[in-house]
Amino acid sequence: MQPLVLFPDLVSPWLSSALDAAGYPWRGVPSVGAAESSAPEEGWAGAVAVASEEERGESLRSCLAFCRALRSREEPVQPLLVVVPASQLSALDFSEDLFDDFVVFGSPVLEVEARLAHLFRRTGRGKQRDIIVYGPLALNLETYQAVLGGRPLDLTFMEYELLRFLAGHPGKVFTREVLLSRVWGYEYYGGARTVDVHIRRLRAKLGEEHAHLIDTVRSVGYRFGALRWLPPNEPRAAPRG
Amino acid sequence: MQSQREYVLRTVEERGIRFIQLWFTDVLGTPKSFAITPAELENALEEGMTFDGSAIDGFSRVQESDVLAKPDPKTFQILPLRPARGGRQAGEHSEVARVFCDILNLDGSPFEGCPRHVLRRALEKARGRGFSFYAAPEIEYFYFADASPAGAPVPLDGGSYFELTVADLASDLRQRTVLTLEDMGIPVEYAQHEDAPSQHEIDLRYTDALTMADTVMTVRLVVKEIALERGFHASFMPKPLSGVQGSGMHTHFSLFEGDRNAFADSGDPHGLSDVARQFIAGLLRHAHEITAVTNQWVNSYKRLVAGYEAPVHVSWAYNNRSALVRVPIAKRGRLDSTRIEFRSPDPACNPYLAFAVVLAAGIKGVEQGYELGPETSSNLFSLTSEELASEGIRPLPTSLHDALVEMEGSELVAETLGEHVFEWFLRNKRAEWEAYTREVTPFEIARYLPRL
Repeated sequence: MQPLVLFPDLVSPWLSSALDAAGYPWRGVPSVGAAESSAPEEGWAGAVAVASEEERGESLRSCLAFCRALRSREEPVQPLLVVVPASQLSALDFSEDLFDDFVVFGSPVLEVEARLAHLFRRTGRGKQRDIIVYGPLALNLETYQAVLGGRPLDLTFMEYELLRFLAGHPGKVFTREVLLSRVWGYEYYGGARTVDVHIRRLRAKLGEEHAHLIDTVRSVGYRFGALRWLPPNEPRAAPRG
Repeated sequence: MQSQREYVLRTVEERGIRFIQLWFTDVLGTPKSFAITPAELENALEEGMTFDGSAIDGFSRVQESDVLAKPDPKTFQILPLRPARGGRQAGEHSEVARVFCDILNLDGSPFEGCPRHVLRRALEKARGRGFSFYAAPEIEYFYFADASPAGAPVPLDGGSYFELTVADLASDLRQRTVLTLEDMGIPVEYAQHEDAPSQHEIDLRYTDALTMADTVMTVRLVVKEIALERGFHASFMPKPLSGVQGSGMHTHFSLFEGDRNAFADSGDPHGLSDVARQFIAGLLRHAHEITAVTNQWVNSYKRLVAGYEAPVHVSWAYNNRSALVRVPIAKRGRLDSTRIEFRSPDPACNPYLAFAVVLAAGIKGVEQGYELGPETSSNLFSLTSEELASEGIRPLPTSLHDALVEMEGSELVAETLGEHVFEWFLRNKRAEWEAYTREVTPFEIARYLPRL
């Protein structure tokens, strides 16, 4: 999937964690110009524009300007999700044509995920991902092939399934039990050891250079890719006022 | 299941695989294979491929000779590209994949002569008691200059011819072997042995016993293949050279109940559970009966002699390398790694059958609640036979013949291997012993001809 473009580029941990958890790649930009110049070849998969509390509505105005610019392109970027503080909801009146949906700043992560899923479903893009890309790793879900740094990986079926699941949820920590039930389903026996054994085989195949793509999170489980948001026990950015 | 098949078929198509090797193992642990084309693969996955089993050791039967090889799609693996002379060309890719097969009767029921089936059945039985069985072998082997049966084998770093290059050569072979295995998803801890010239060791990380038996087959092939590319010969023969230690396959075993290591008990001063003690007791009580399977060649018993770090007596201990069963002390806080090490098997065994009889003997101990005697603290190699007898320590069988006698009387082994394999194995091995006893050896000529 192509990344979502995020405006502005100072992304709150609340939003980045929501996007990471939902498995959407994203990139923050400071301006419309930057959104244009750094657009991937096949275009942005969509946009999320964020208005913050500060600056007496200035932030909301620049947010909507960003939306307008993306909308008025020859090939408009869509879907477009706007994030607003609850206190400024009324300011969206008469601007409904500038975005496809909105979500209140600080809403539950699951709500953001649900709205994005809904948007993408409606526009028929995104989430229907048949390619997962993470750094040097690419998985083609249609052909079951995995490529690492241009070199095909020779995986067994279960190794492929495990990697597909993990790479589809980068940054997220999974317990062995969750991996067993989501990847192996009901066909497994041998308990959580099975997961450890397969992780080791997978790391061996990724090779020394890339084995770190799969992290062991002590006494919890495994995580694919880098941790990009605050751990749950850290205070989260919440809407003020 | 459907998606596994789909995965295999799609991968073969996408990656331009031209041949799929169907791998299986005869009763003696010799790898067997035949290749099919992608066009035949779908049918093979669905119904299996028919072939004449009468030419395979241990597969022959009186009435029906045809059997089916049915690929286990979980084991489908593209084989790493054999490095051609002059290195890999750009755009070159492997065109060969392998898949392990279960052997079936034409009606689709498991074929009783299939070693994979024997192990599956033993695992199934343990699973019925809530146990899954894990194995981690340490495979020893030698590199030789060639495989010529005439004359004594020449170790790579023993003969002066190779002395200058030997360090490079060994590390090159080692590196290539480990990289190839890792490409195939086999995590390795490699250690070069120092005790015998040209002897090497590959330690494998634990995995479930069926996968591990498959893995042992793969490792033996890869080691031999990579040596062969350089014109050398790798051998898993248990005792290829007199006077130095032989090659063993010490194997670490553990039982898990779900996610819990059934061998571990934090309340025990040694961290060892009752299940572990009973399992060891089972292994010790039935050790004589299973030795013919874990050490199946005439030559195996040349390794099991005193003085070369091979077990000779039926005993157990925490940290005594002369014992048959050693219990490595689990690291503090790492009770999960509690395991036992069984030291008699050699790397020329059939790993499916060996793991099956080890499991059966251990589980028998657990089922019957066998008592485990005290550990052996003294170095058994230094005791006289009288001292051993007074401590109630029995020797392991000292020849293939003795081991076969013990096996023949074993209900446990008969039940575990199944009638077909049990009888064929005894017949085949007696014939081997018979042939051996008729042979006049160089030892006798050298010793007797001048004197008698």
